[in-house]
Amino acid sequence: MSDNQKSGVVGGNYRWVGNNTRRPDGVDKVTGRARYGDDMVLPGMLHMRMLRSPHAHARILSIDTSDAEAMKGVKAVVTHKDVPDHPPAKPPFGPAVSDFHDLSRNIMAREKVLYDGHAVAAVAATTESIAKRAVRKIKVEYEILPHVLDPYEAAQAGAPILHEHQFTLGLEPKPKEPSNLFRTLGGEQGNLEQGFENSDLVIEREFSSQPVHQGYIEPLACVASSSEDGAVELWTSTQGHFVARTLLSRLLNLDMSKFRVTASEIGGGFGGKTTIYHEPAAILLSMKTGRPVRSVMTRGEVLRATGPTVGSVCRIKIGAKKDGTLVAADAEIWYQAGAFKGGPVARATDSFFSPYKIPNARTACHDVCVNRPKAAAYRAPGAPMATWAAEAVINELATEFGLDPVEMRLKNAVKEGDTSLMGTKHGRIGCIEVLEAAKNHPHYNAPLKKNQGRGFALGYWLHGGGLSSASANLLDDGTLTLALGTPDIGGSRSSMRAMAAEELGIDIELVKPAVVDTASLGYNHLTAGSRTTYATGMAVVNATREIIEKLCSLAAFKWEISVEEVRWDSGEALPADKYAGKLKPFSLKQLAKMAPGTVGPIAGHSEINAKGAGASFCAQISDIEIDPETGGTSPVRHTVILDAGRAISPDYVEGQMQGGAVQGIGWALNEEYIYDDNGRLLNTGFLDYRMPVASDVPMIDTLIVEVPNPKHPYGVRGVGEPPLVPAPAAVAIAVENAIGRRMGDLPMSPPKVLAAMDAQKLAAE
Amino acid sequence: MLGRGHKNKMAKHSVTTTINGDETEFNCDTHNTLMDVLRSELHMTGTKNGCGTGDCGACTVIMNGRSVNSCLVLGVEVDGAEIETVEGMAQGGTLHPLQQKFLDHAALQCGICTPGIITQAKAFLEKNPDPTETELRFGLAGNLCRCTGYDKIIRAVLDAAAEMRANK
Amino acid sequence: MAGLRYEAPNTVDAAIGLLSEVAGAKVLAGGTDLLVQIREEMIDPDLIVDIKRIDETRRIEITPDYVKIGAAMTGAELGENEELAAMWPGVIEAVELIGSWQVQGRATIGGNLCNASPAADSVPAIIASGAKIVVAGPQGVREIPAEEFPKAPGRTALEANEFVVSLVLPVPPKRSGDAYLRFIPRTEMDIAVVGAGVSVSLNEDGTCASARVALGAVAPTALLVKDAIDALLGSKLDDVTLEKLDKAARDACNPIDDKRGTIEYRTKVAGVLVRRTAAIAWERAQKQNG
Ligand SMILES: Cc1cc2nc3c(=O)[nH]c(=O)nc-3n(C[C@H](O)[C@H](O)[C@H](O)COP(=O)(O)OP(=O)(O)OC[C@H]3O[C@@H](n4cnc5c(N)ncnc54)[C@H](O)[C@@H]3O)c2cc1C
Repeated sequence: MSDNQKSGVVGGNYRWVGNNTRRPDGVDKVTGRARYGDDMVLPGMLHMRMLRSPHAHARILSIDTSDAEAMKGVKAVVTHKDVPDHPPAKPPFGPAVSDFHDLSRNIMAREKVLYDGHAVAAVAATTESIAKRAVRKIKVEYEILPHVLDPYEAAQAGAPILHEHQFTLGLEPKPKEPSNLFRTLGGEQGNLEQGFENSDLVIEREFSSQPVHQGYIEPLACVASSSEDGAVELWTSTQGHFVARTLLSRLLNLDMSKFRVTASEIGGGFGGKTTIYHEPAAILLSMKTGRPVRSVMTRGEVLRATGPTVGSVCRIKIGAKKDGTLVAADAEIWYQAGAFKGGPVARATDSFFSPYKIPNARTACHDVCVNRPKAAAYRAPGAPMATWAAEAVINELATEFGLDPVEMRLKNAVKEGDTSLMGTKHGRIGCIEVLEAAKNHPHYNAPLKKNQGRGFALGYWLHGGGLSSASANLLDDGTLTLALGTPDIGGSRSSMRAMAAEELGIDIELVKPAVVDTASLGYNHLTAGSRTTYATGMAVVNATREIIEKLCSLAAFKWEISVEEVRWDSGEALPADKYAGKLKPFSLKQLAKMAPGTVGPIAGHSEINAKGAGASFCAQISDIEIDPETGGTSPVRHTVILDAGRAISPDYVEGQMQGGAVQGIGWALNEEYIYDDNGRLLNTGFLDYRMPVASDVPMIDTLIVEVPNPKHPYGVRGVGEPPLVPAPAAVAIAVENAIGRRMGDLPMSPPKVLAAMDAQKLAAE
Repeated sequence: MLGRGHKNKMAKHSVTTTINGDETEFNCDTHNTLMDVLRSELHMTGTKNGCGTGDCGACTVIMNGRSVNSCLVLGVEVDGAEIETVEGMAQGGTLHPLQQKFLDHAALQCGICTPGIITQAKAFLEKNPDPTETELRFGLAGNLCRCTGYDKIIRAVLDAAAEMRANK
Repeated sequence: MAGLRYEAPNTVDAAIGLLSEVAGAKVLAGGTDLLVQIREEMIDPDLIVDIKRIDETRRIEITPDYVKIGAAMTGAELGENEELAAMWPGVIEAVELIGSWQVQGRATIGGNLCNASPAADSVPAIIASGAKIVVAGPQGVREIPAEEFPKAPGRTALEANEFVVSLVLPVPPKRSGDAYLRFIPRTEMDIAVVGAGVSVSLNEDGTCASARVALGAVAPTALLVKDAIDALLGSKLDDVTLEKLDKAARDACNPIDDKRGTIEYRTKVAGVLVRRTAAIAWERAQKQNG
């Protein structure tokens, strides 16, 4: 079996932080008590089903819902006519595009259906079975239009156009014809041409990858309940209920304060639950009927209609000196944004070359609409594909020069003070530490067996910070409740609790964290961008420090000394300075008991816009064995090395590393969307959307490197996303090394591997 | 719920079964699966719904000693059967060793697959109390987990198996 | 009028009666195909006839002359019968490949056969074993050679209101062995891209006395591959034989391109798998001195 280790340079000896603690939600989850999206029942609840497009691209000529509405048990039907329309958003657009014109059409098709599975109507009925039958009675007339699935083709002139009002941004003069290419983002520095000229070797390659789904095991589920006074309660499986509230309020033109959104326990998200899908229809149906409405998507609906990450087509060119110095790099990538603009082009741009200092570099990332579901975030959106292209070529350069791939990277690695191509100036970062750890890891130089290949890749990810709120309430028995607003997917409640207990100096079991609804706390951005333990963690630390201040004041009041003469240590208020040792300390428990009779309830809260989350680096080593006759692939060993800043809960950090690696294995080897000639998705279930099962993968070794983030009180960096960034790359490179031939197309499924091996044999003959 | 829904009136069945040792009666239509009955009729939502087609294992329960996907069993078929679900595993306030080891090894993240995996692991260990890592991986292959990469789950079950053998 | 009816008769005759009574009635065994098909709205039957309470479908009978397997025996149950697994290891390993443990607890050998998927795992192994399918219907009971049972994807040799009661396999002679291998992209929870079943009996000198070779997922139905059998007969499974076997398998393929594999790929892998399966069957036969 594998091993999991930690190596690092972090100081500080803590009681809870950095130690493995039992998760507060654990017992509920192992006993089946935890309530997820689909576990909520309200009295009088109706059941919603959606009618979805069977076409990839078609104009809606008419929708006739009368037969469905006439059915006994059917309480209401909604279509786009019930959804408020919004004008298209106008430039300038930030790195993330927010356009309610698009959102209103994605949740319910208006003029056209744009992908197989696009929502067209929704029915609420007294039973699920009536709702199902009613959906079949809705008549839609379509005029079928030609469709396009490939991002490169879609960006060419003459391709079927999804949005007649979309003209490529930033072109002068403004183009006369609409285009599926929404915009191109990128960066440039130095002089590319000269850089390539000064290189001893320039390698140019093409890569492509398929969209892959987040594959969360819990399908989307919600219950909406609106009342006659316009209040809307929503229970939903989401990575951000505050964000859902904002989107719903703007989309439906309802006051934000009218909403109370509760995040259910969430059964996986990985970025896929960062937006809204069926919630608006459920709310509209509840408003029409005055009854609660529940919607649970089927797995087929999840695969057909919710966003996977983008597929890509990429062209890349890198030049280097014989000694391994990278001189010039140029990358262009086309992302399948899906039916609406908003592919992760900004982040991709940052991902290609950021681990390295390359004086002459350029990236161009195209955001292209195609007839597929609108892409959603998936763990480091946009980064894994870009990383794969860059890392594969850097490995090839190393091989050509006879250099060790890690040594070559070390030669070019970014450090504190360097600026990335997109202008991020790095603070304290762990690129070099991660590379050194990889080089020294026993896996890196372990011998390979016959038919095995090894891949190495380094990944970079710039974390999010942003808006978080937290409040802490000290109860009069000396225990603490923590109210949080970022849904807990990977164990964040555990880390929050550890930080609060550490600050207060009390037993961790005395702290009870909970994710509360939108009416109970200040705004919180998503649990996404690996931001939660960083940003919400800071808010928790602030909130508990406020409690400590208040406790110190209370002690000062009791001792009749000034608050400056009180300090807090290990769960006690201690007299300081001239009173040190002269007065009997007050424990937290004593102070908590005194509070009601003196200062009143003691609470702390914090609302912040966290900055400085910084970057982290992740290296992976993958060994893949190939069946030389069938092209079958098996991962035989896999190691993940990650700079976690500080691992508040090492077990959960390892869990993120292992989970990300296995997602990358699936991405690289077998996961893909298979469409027929009419643009209909063929593999709408887990039997044919091939995510790794337990027997597909080995133990995943982990090595946590700790280079603390000076911007966070405990040195935290995000850990959710980096483990996926280099994973597909490491696996794909391992496959290519095992067969001795370039493939360049993900997934490297057995038929493709066998074809590549056959081509290799032919070439050898 | 299976299929297109009923055409006219439903054929109601009255079913008597034993669930976690308790005799239980429920009414269901032919279209209702055991998963539907457990979750919607009996409000035992510990059995999770991940796909409805037997591919993910989240709805695993033990029926007459064998693990099954409750989404692929009709409610009416369990008349006279013995059913075990995740709700029956902890006894009198004490967690089952599998549940305890899942906590000790941090073998869960989002937790949606956890009840199904724990239930499958229990059925599997009853047939194979001392599995190799590979045997166990195949034993759990019908349970998808997207969060953990399986590593900590495998450790937790092997550790629980060792403890269960020692306590036999 | 009632909705979807469910009946669980206790006798073969009662089952036939019910099937005859309602047009479009469906037999339910383990339900791992049927219930998925109903859920995905591919079929919409009016009556489900559960055959698991019929004794004949639920037993294994091993006699000196034949082995009779009830159609509603599950993969897990068959795997636990050591005597059967020793006689027909290939058939049993094929049945045990069907789905996960959870699916194994339900999926039956008869259901796998009657669902008539070209990729059904147990079918090539059943054909290779030389089994006969015992079918009961309004006209009585008849036996159909396994290779004549599947007719097209989703269609079998069953006539209206007939169902499969059991499968009868011969008792293998001395020095016999069978095997089944499939190729799937993952290690589990996948439908075969290609499946190959081989059974052989050897002469005392180690040459092949008789053989049956069947392929799955490479044509509209599982195939008995005559040229592959001819390649084996009289041989000692040397390299030339393996080469011939590989070619015979590839020549027999008439696959489709679908979400699970391409024509070219399936054809190539069929050759590979037949060779590998034959080698395992051979080894088992050599160890089996009766
Ligand atoms: C997750 C999953 C994984 C799977 N993996 C595999 C796999 O690896 N390999 C594989 O081959 N299959 C696989 N299957 C398909 C299925 O499990 C098998 O085909 C199984 O053997 C079907 O048996 P059953 O008893 O469940 O059949 P049922 O679903 O009960 O019946 C299947 C069909 O046959 C008919 N039928 C059943 N028994 C009889 C009978 N005695 N006489 C007449 N008609 C009958 C039914 O009416 C129905 O049309 C998988 C299914 C699932 C859900």
